[in-house]
Amino acid sequence: MSVKPAPQAADLSELEKPILELEAQIRTLEVDPGRSKEREKLQRKLDKMKAEVFAGITDWQRAQLARHPRRPYTLDYIERICDRFEEIHGDRAFGDDSAIVGGLGWIGGQPLMIIGQQKGRDTKQKILRNFGMPRPEGYRKALRLMKLAEKFRRPILTLIDTPGAYPGVDAEERGQAEAIARNLLEMAKLKVQVVAAVIGEGGSGGALALGVADRLLMMEYATYSVITPEGCASILWKDAGQAPQAAAALRLTAPHLRELGVIDTIIPEPPGGAQMDWDGAAQNLKQAVLQAFAELASAGPEELLETRYQKYAKMGSVGS
Amino acid sequence: MSWFIKKRQQKTAVEARTVRVPEGLWIKCDACRELIYRAELVNTRNVCPKCGYHFRIGVEERLASLLDPGWTVLFSHLRSVDPLGFVAAKSYAEQLRKLVESGQTEEAVVVVEGRLEGREVVLAAMNWDFLAASMGSVVGEKLRLGAERALEKACPYLIVSCSGGARMQEGTLSLMQMAKVSAALAKLDRAGIPYLSILTDPTTGGVSASYAMLGDLNIAEPKALIGFAGPRVIEQTIKQTLPDGFQRSEFLQAHGMVDKVVTRTELRRFLALTLAWMAGEGAPAAE
Ligand SMILES: [Zn+2]
Repeated sequence: MSVKPAPQAADLSELEKPILELEAQIRTLEVDPGRSKEREKLQRKLDKMKAEVFAGITDWQRAQLARHPRRPYTLDYIERICDRFEEIHGDRAFGDDSAIVGGLGWIGGQPLMIIGQQKGRDTKQKILRNFGMPRPEGYRKALRLMKLAEKFRRPILTLIDTPGAYPGVDAEERGQAEAIARNLLEMAKLKVQVVAAVIGEGGSGGALALGVADRLLMMEYATYSVITPEGCASILWKDAGQAPQAAAALRLTAPHLRELGVIDTIIPEPPGGAQMDWDGAAQNLKQAVLQAFAELASAGPEELLETRYQKYAKMGSVGS
Repeated sequence: MSWFIKKRQQKTAVEARTVRVPEGLWIKCDACRELIYRAELVNTRNVCPKCGYHFRIGVEERLASLLDPGWTVLFSHLRSVDPLGFVAAKSYAEQLRKLVESGQTEEAVVVVEGRLEGREVVLAAMNWDFLAASMGSVVGEKLRLGAERALEKACPYLIVSCSGGARMQEGTLSLMQMAKVSAALAKLDRAGIPYLSILTDPTTGGVSASYAMLGDLNIAEPKALIGFAGPRVIEQTIKQTLPDGFQRSEFLQAHGMVDKVVTRTELRRFLALTLAWMAGEGAPAAE
């Protein structure tokens, strides 16, 4: 769970550069209605360029895209998919972890509980949100909110976006492992529909602690992995520079995970990735979430629990 | 009663400051010391327009600020008695008698049934004017009966707390009210009925350590003193001065105990919104 900067080889920013330049050019034409023909032509060129560039994207570049600094974060999505949202704070035991946000939301008129890891955008926010790395009190807040939803029979949506659970002394003192473990157990028992969506980085146990669900969705350029490519490379290659190889080996992208049966649905992102078009990405997320809840709507509590159990019972690959 | 005795009484009544809006055209805010035109406080529900300080308000005003007009007061026939024959500097029986004589018609809690933005609720508001809203047998019994009424009607239960704590004059019987009310809330919990706790200045001692902390949501007014041990007791015990903001609503939220700090002017809307969510309804239209 290393938080070292990514190596620069095959960096995503090189791919993005011509796209961003063309976009800037189009924006300058927008003020001049007389040049709309020219603008439309450039727009078509841009769409084609995005499609081509991102069709050949490597797993390592996808891993960078998943943690792109301009990618929409949990509250950006909540703002766009909810009619209304009221944040609720605290774990009723120790603190209010800003790396996890949760609260009462309404999507398409339907009340539900929404919980997700929250990253910060500028330096101050990054520190406040602890880079999206929750402490035990964050997971305990999440669990408490899930229990509240269960009491009132409201469905639960979680949005997953974390480099991992916070590796710190205080987090260990307060039982990081216990907090994550407890959520896995309790989420398996929730008598309401649970839909989880990996929107950015699905960082190991720290992600899974919000991710035991009836439907697991994943944004097209999100990742979900047992370890970061850098962490894996430094352990198994003894060289963090081998992160691109590790990214490919770990099969941490949405298409791979769909094939492996870990996730149910890939949510398409706007051309070039969610960071290019937050509204478009949110629209797609909302549609996929509503679809998932609609599929689960008729299941009673017992059926939900059994189906959820069977879903996880099938995970893994064993030979004989 | 001489001036200095009165003063002493005020100090012992509760460990926090006991501010009530005094009479007069202008008043000085206890927090920011600004002079405020008294009439202005009516519009702001006794919130300082300069700094947001929430003046303590009486039960009638509290009910009017949260409920639609036309509530019914419940269980008002219950009266405190003196089960221990308790006599300290003053006799408890004498204190009770004087309260009745002075026209205190309500006990330390008032329980009503009414509507909050159209939704049926049972609501209890603690009454600071009756022995610093301390929790005696009548408080416990009224709150229990309130919970039973909410259970019967299958409607949400709301308690607006403020209290100096348990009523020492009723000894261990007072302590047991914490368990009694909590047991009644456990019944509501099992039945899936919403219970919202609203914590106002000050909520301390046995009230904080029972029903005030047990809400499906714990909602606090800004800057309210909330804690188990009073700040003076803590300072005397640890022989240190406590930092600013210690045991205030915002501190409680940062430490995970209060779910949301909501201003008095927004409180009714917020309660209506959360009750709609719990009932599985769409969000009420924003004002
Ligand atoms: Zn003021």
